[in-house]
Amino acid sequence: MLVATQGTVLGGTVLRGAMLRSLLRLAVCRGLLARGLGTRRGGSTWDWDAELSNVKKKIQSILPGGTWDPLYDTRHLPPERSDVVIVGGGVLGLSVAYWLKRLEKQRGAIRVLVVERDHTEYLAVVDAPPLDLQFNPSGYLLLASEAGAAVMESNVKVQRQEGANVCLMSPEQLRNKFPWINTEGVALASYGMEDEGWFDPWCLLQGLRQKVQSMGVLFCQGEVTRFISSSLHMENSSGEVVTLKRIHEVHVKMDNSLEYQPVECAIVINTAGAWSGHVAELAGIGKGPPGTLAGTKLPVEPRKRYVYVWHCPQGPGLETPLVLDTSGAYFRREGLGNNYLGGRSPTEEEEPDTGNLEVDHTFFQDKVWPHLAQRIPAFETLKVRSAWAGYYDYNTFDQNGVVGPHPLVVNMYFATGFSGHGLQQAPAVGRAVAEMVLEGSFQTIDLSPFLFSRFYLGEKIKEHNVI
Amino acid sequence: MEKSSFCLVAPVWKQSTRGIRGLSGLAAPEGSEKKGRTLLQFLADRFYDMEALREYLLHRQMLKVHQKNRSFTNIKTRYGPEIAGAFFILKQGGAVKFQGKEWIRPSGRGRFSLEFLKLQAVPVEAIDASGCAINYTGLDNLLPLKELRSLWLQRCPHVDDWCLSRLHGLAHSLQELSLAGCPRVSERGLACLHHLQNLRRLDISDLPAVANPGLTQILVEEMLPNCEVLGANWAQGLKGASEEQPQDTASPLHA
Repeated sequence: MLVATQGTVLGGTVLRGAMLRSLLRLAVCRGLLARGLGTRRGGSTWDWDAELSNVKKKIQSILPGGTWDPLYDTRHLPPERSDVVIVGGGVLGLSVAYWLKRLEKQRGAIRVLVVERDHTEYLAVVDAPPLDLQFNPSGYLLLASEAGAAVMESNVKVQRQEGANVCLMSPEQLRNKFPWINTEGVALASYGMEDEGWFDPWCLLQGLRQKVQSMGVLFCQGEVTRFISSSLHMENSSGEVVTLKRIHEVHVKMDNSLEYQPVECAIVINTAGAWSGHVAELAGIGKGPPGTLAGTKLPVEPRKRYVYVWHCPQGPGLETPLVLDTSGAYFRREGLGNNYLGGRSPTEEEEPDTGNLEVDHTFFQDKVWPHLAQRIPAFETLKVRSAWAGYYDYNTFDQNGVVGPHPLVVNMYFATGFSGHGLQQAPAVGRAVAEMVLEGSFQTIDLSPFLFSRFYLGEKIKEHNVI
Repeated sequence: MEKSSFCLVAPVWKQSTRGIRGLSGLAAPEGSEKKGRTLLQFLADRFYDMEALREYLLHRQMLKVHQKNRSFTNIKTRYGPEIAGAFFILKQGGAVKFQGKEWIRPSGRGRFSLEFLKLQAVPVEAIDASGCAINYTGLDNLLPLKELRSLWLQRCPHVDDWCLSRLHGLAHSLQELSLAGCPRVSERGLACLHHLQNLRRLDISDLPAVANPGLTQILVEEMLPNCEVLGANWAQGLKGASEEQPQDTASPLHA
C-alpha cells in the first residue's frame, strides 16, 4: 500500500496528499512499536521486585472482589447497576437510604447507591463510639404579638395533642423566668419544656453516613447529568392521552472530567436539596404545555440565608432557649463563652442573589441587629465574630416539603423542598419515602397532603410562624 | 463491601475493604478499640455472618437495658406510683428511703424484702440510684414521685442530657441532686436544670463529657443562685488564661 501511494505522490492532488500523510503517520507508529518490542526482547534492565509486586497487584484485582476491568481502572466509578439511585447525599438522602436498608425484607435485598456531588441507639455501629449529636435540650421560645397570639394558641393545642410538652407564658411569667427579655409588644410566648432544642447537623450527617455505610449502601462522588427514560402513551377514562415516563439509566459524571458512568436503576429518589428543581428538569418534569400536569415544574429553588455569630459579654445565661422574636429574628447560645448565633429570614423583596455564598454584613446591621437589640437590651453592645451563608431548598409554592412519587415520571420519588426544615423532618420523611418505595403506600406516617400533585391542583398547605 | 460467608474460602485476598468506592472509610474505630483488635473484630471485618452476629449481640445488649427500664404498670395500678417507683429502683440495684423510714437496700445478690409494699400512703423521700442502668424511658417510673427531695444519680452510665431535660417534673420538691461521674452528662444537659428552682445542693463533679468544668460551674452557679454547687475547683480551668479560651464548636450550617 505504501509503495502504491508513493508512486502517485508526484502527480497527486491535495486529497491524496492527506491520505499519504495519515498513512505515513500510521507507518511511523508501527515502526516505533516494532522498535519498542525489539527493545523489550533484547533489554537487560529488568526490575524484578517492582515487576513482581505489579503482577501480584494485577492478580489481586483480577480475582473475585477486585476492581479489575479489562479496559481500565474503575474504582472511582459507581456500579453499573443499582436498584435505587438517590440523587443527593445530604441528611434527607441518607435518611431515605437508612430506612430502605432498615425496612428491606431480607438482608442485602436492595442495592442502594447515593450520588453526592460535593463529598449517631438507631445509629449505633459495632465497634464505633456512640453517636453524640451535641444536643442542647434548652427548648425553643417563640414570641407572638397580639396579631399572632391566636395562631400560636391553636398551634400549641396541636403540638400538645401530638405529645409535645409545651407551655404558654404571659408577658409577666416571661419576665420572671427570663429577666433579660424586653416584653414590649409580646402578647404570648410558647416554651418547649422537654425534648426540644438544637443539635449539630454535621454530627447527624456523619453519624448517618457511617451507619448507612455499615449497612451496605454504596456511595459515589459525581454529578447526575442525564436521565435515559422511556415513554408510554396511555389513554385515560376520558379519552385524553397521558404520557407516562420511566427512568432506566442515570448518567453520573465524575468531577473535573468528561467521564461518566451510566447506572441502570429501577428507582430514582430526588433529594438534591436546593438543586432538586434542576434535577427534576433533567427528568423532563415541567416540559409540557403550561397549566397541565405535564407542564407543572417542581417549584424548588435555592435561597440564600445568612447566619451570624457574635460575642456579647453581658448576654443571657446558660438557661437561654432558642428565642424566635415577633419580627422573625432568632438567636441562641453557642458554647460556654457568651457567644450567640442567629439571623433572620429576609422578606421577598430583600432576597439575596443566590449566585455565590458571600455574606452580606449590612444585612445584619440593618435588618437583624435592631430587632435583637430591641428584644434583648443586653445585645445593644455586641461584636460579630463570624458569619456564613447557606442555601435553603425553598419551595416557592407553599414553603413545605414535597414527598412521594411524581404522577407521570413513575419511578422518581421526591423528598425535598423543606425550606429550612429539612433537618428536623429528615428522619420521618426518610421513613415515609422508604415505605412508599418498598410497600407502595405510606404506612406509619401519612404524608399524602405533601404529594407532588398539589402543585397542579393548586392546594397549598401553609404553616404559620415559619423561620 | 467485599465479603463472603464464613464457610467459604479463607480470606487471603480480602483486605478490609471498609472503604467504599470513591470515598475513603470515614469510621476508623479509635480509642479503646485500637488497643486490642479482638478475634471477633478481625472476623467481623471479613465475614458477613460474623458482622451480623456482632450486630445481633449489640442489639441484645441494648434490649437488656430497655428491659431493665420498662414501666411496672401493674404494680402502679395495684399499689400506686410511689411503690412502683420504689420497686423499680430496688430492682435496678439502687436504694430507696420512704418518709420517716430507714433506707431500704437490696442485698449483694439483688434481693430485697417486699415489706415496703405495705407503705401505701407514704411518699418516697430519697433515692440512691448510683451505678444503676436508668435511662430516659426508666425516668417514667420516677417522675410521678411528687415528694422526692433527694436524687442521687452518681456514675449512671445511661443518664444523659435528654434525661436531665425531663427532670423539670420534679421541680416542686427536689432539693438535692447528684450527677457526679455520669459519663454522658455534658454542659448542654446542665443548662436544663434551671427549672429546678428549689434545688439547694447540686453535685456536678467529675463529669468527663463537660468540656470546661470550671467555667461550667460558674455558669451553673449564676443560673441557680439559691443552690450550692459542688464540682470542680473553679480555678482549675484558669491555669493558662490565654490558651484556655473555651472552644466553640464551629461547624458549617449550625443553625
